[in-house]
Amino acid sequence: MTFKHKINLDNLKDEGQDSVTGFERREFLKLGLIITGVFAGGKLLSVASRVDEVFASSRDFVEKYPYKPHYTMVVRQGLCIDCEQCVKACKETNDVPDYGYRTRILQKVTSDAIGRKHEFIPILCNHCNEAPCVRACPTRATYKNKENGIVMMEYEKCIGCKMCMLACPYEARYFNTEKHAIDKCNFCYDTRLSKGMSLTACANACPTGARMFGDLSDPENVAYKMIHQIEKQVWVLRPEAGAKPNVFYMKATRSSPWELRRQAEAR
Amino acid sequence: MMKIKGERAEKWGFSGLGALTKNKTHLNFMVIFSLIALTGYVVGVHGTITGYHHVYNVTREIPWGLLIAAYIFCVVTSTGLCLVSSIGHVFGYEPYMPIAKRAVFLSIIFMLGGFTVIFFDIENPHRMAIYNVISPNITSNMWWMGTLYGLYLLALGVEYFFLLEQSHALSRISGLFGVLFGVAAHSNLGAVFGMLHGREFWYGPYMPIYFIVSAMMSGGAAIILFTCLGWKLDRHILSRRMERAIKAVCQLTIMLIAVIMFFTVWKIISGIVAPEKYIAIMAFISGPYALVFWIFEIGMGMIIPFVLLIRSKGTDYNLMFIASLMMLVGIFFMRYDLVLAGQIVPVYHGLGVEEYLHLNTYMPSFHEIAITIGALCFCSAAFIFGEKILDGHQFQKHAIVPPGGFICPGCGGIHYKKEGETDEDALKRHHRLRKVDREDFL
Repeated sequence: MTFKHKINLDNLKDEGQDSVTGFERREFLKLGLIITGVFAGGKLLSVASRVDEVFASSRDFVEKYPYKPHYTMVVRQGLCIDCEQCVKACKETNDVPDYGYRTRILQKVTSDAIGRKHEFIPILCNHCNEAPCVRACPTRATYKNKENGIVMMEYEKCIGCKMCMLACPYEARYFNTEKHAIDKCNFCYDTRLSKGMSLTACANACPTGARMFGDLSDPENVAYKMIHQIEKQVWVLRPEAGAKPNVFYMKATRSSPWELRRQAEAR
Repeated sequence: MMKIKGERAEKWGFSGLGALTKNKTHLNFMVIFSLIALTGYVVGVHGTITGYHHVYNVTREIPWGLLIAAYIFCVVTSTGLCLVSSIGHVFGYEPYMPIAKRAVFLSIIFMLGGFTVIFFDIENPHRMAIYNVISPNITSNMWWMGTLYGLYLLALGVEYFFLLEQSHALSRISGLFGVLFGVAAHSNLGAVFGMLHGREFWYGPYMPIYFIVSAMMSGGAAIILFTCLGWKLDRHILSRRMERAIKAVCQLTIMLIAVIMFFTVWKIISGIVAPEKYIAIMAFISGPYALVFWIFEIGMGMIIPFVLLIRSKGTDYNLMFIASLMMLVGIFFMRYDLVLAGQIVPVYHGLGVEEYLHLNTYMPSFHEIAITIGALCFCSAAFIFGEKILDGHQFQKHAIVPPGGFICPGCGGIHYKKEGETDEDALKRHHRLRKVDREDFL
């Protein structure tokens, strides 16, 4: 087999690294990552990395996210100060009783860390692409909204078997006695999003920008930009459950111009 | 035996309501069990009115507790009774045939007992009746569970009716459907747990397989226990055929205990090397659940009955009675362990957060215990009721064999011989057993 245009490697001139701009290098790396499918929105790149590559969404979802808008939340973990404004706003907006919660903030203490030892991790329903709760529900009382991918509840269909509570890898569900049904986060769809507001109550209330609510199907959206970059690690919780969650986690970052300090809607 | 009115009653082995009052001690037991069952269910209704949130100890972390364990215990026993008895009257192995009537009757009773428990566990049973039909989710194991157990109960009912009618061919066909729906429903119940990929402890094909095998083990134990109890209630129903059947069931049960033992051993060993299962396994081996696990599940559920049943040689009914009673107690705790094991490790445990460092805890509440005891007492009362009113589930003892008929050594019913037929040929024809011609084969 012969090549038509043989490249003579010996005679090639070394262009040097100076001629490659940082931008080109970054684009080149991104290209490589897109080809290998790493840009699945949230590969687990954390220090506690696993041997297997884990994707929040499979490769098929790279080019096109399955929903329009494809709602997501990016939690910038390092920015959370545990003020619980989000929990309070959620309770008020969605009428959540005291014995339950749709979202909460967990606390992680690393006692041998230098400097700051506390980390706060907000958790909520991950609105998984492959939601185990939706498969488990016998009466389709919980379902994926066909347009925006929000995992919603149809309260009057819920028989209260609590199967979905077991199926959920994120403990995002609780039984609401007043509603006689399982209740869970629905990204404030009924209380805010469907009324024309663009943010969930928790993202709106967050004073530090730890919670960033957005749309993955829009390349101009802040959440899209946060996830589609390689400078910062982006991960999801419990990737081994294979549910392809849509809530992403990253450490705090304010380095890029498109990253807003916080999201604000009604202020 | 009671004087029976009419041809139909004779065929059904129906002793009449008068049989209930014949023995006052037994009647008292039945009444006491019924009252306890009623009390348990009244407590359950109280819980429904008050709201389960206030009276049950299940939480967001452990949503399934004692009631699910009790439900599984009941339906496991039901499936086991059906499967073990089917060896005889469905698949035609003659020594198992006499156990059919009692086993299928109890199978229905335990199924009903299980349904009452799940009725009190589910928050909105009325919605289940509506939306299981008009809004089914066929990917849901839970939906299949309701549907398949419904079909299973129906098949059992039909099977039992034909057993009473002594219509062997029809009872075999409906019995086969009972077995099919039973296996499907019960392995699906295992899959309810086994298909939760967010719960490592349960996830995998182990659960459906384990459920079927352990169901047969429970079924064997239940047949031994309730037959021995039946003999204690009325010693006149002891018969050679039944003794032979119980010996066969005893042997099978010993084997099934051995199978479950090695299942358990490998479950422990494989769990210890898997990091995500390790914590749950250790909680049972040496942690807070060690007592329940070693004493009840392993000791009473497997090892002691295993030794006792072997020592009984299938003929010492006192030993077998004790062994099977211990087994059923042990098996109850086995279900309890199984339900809790998958839930005690918090889902966020791996995250290392303060809130989820420790194992979840659960202790059944008064309401949960009362409903469970109520359901078990319902089964006990129904058992005594059945023994009395259905004349010890015997196939009719015929004082006079009609001309051309004979008492079947397999099922005890009256069979009619065709001309020139031997007893054996008639038995095979009635039970649709294929003739084995040894001469041809060898």
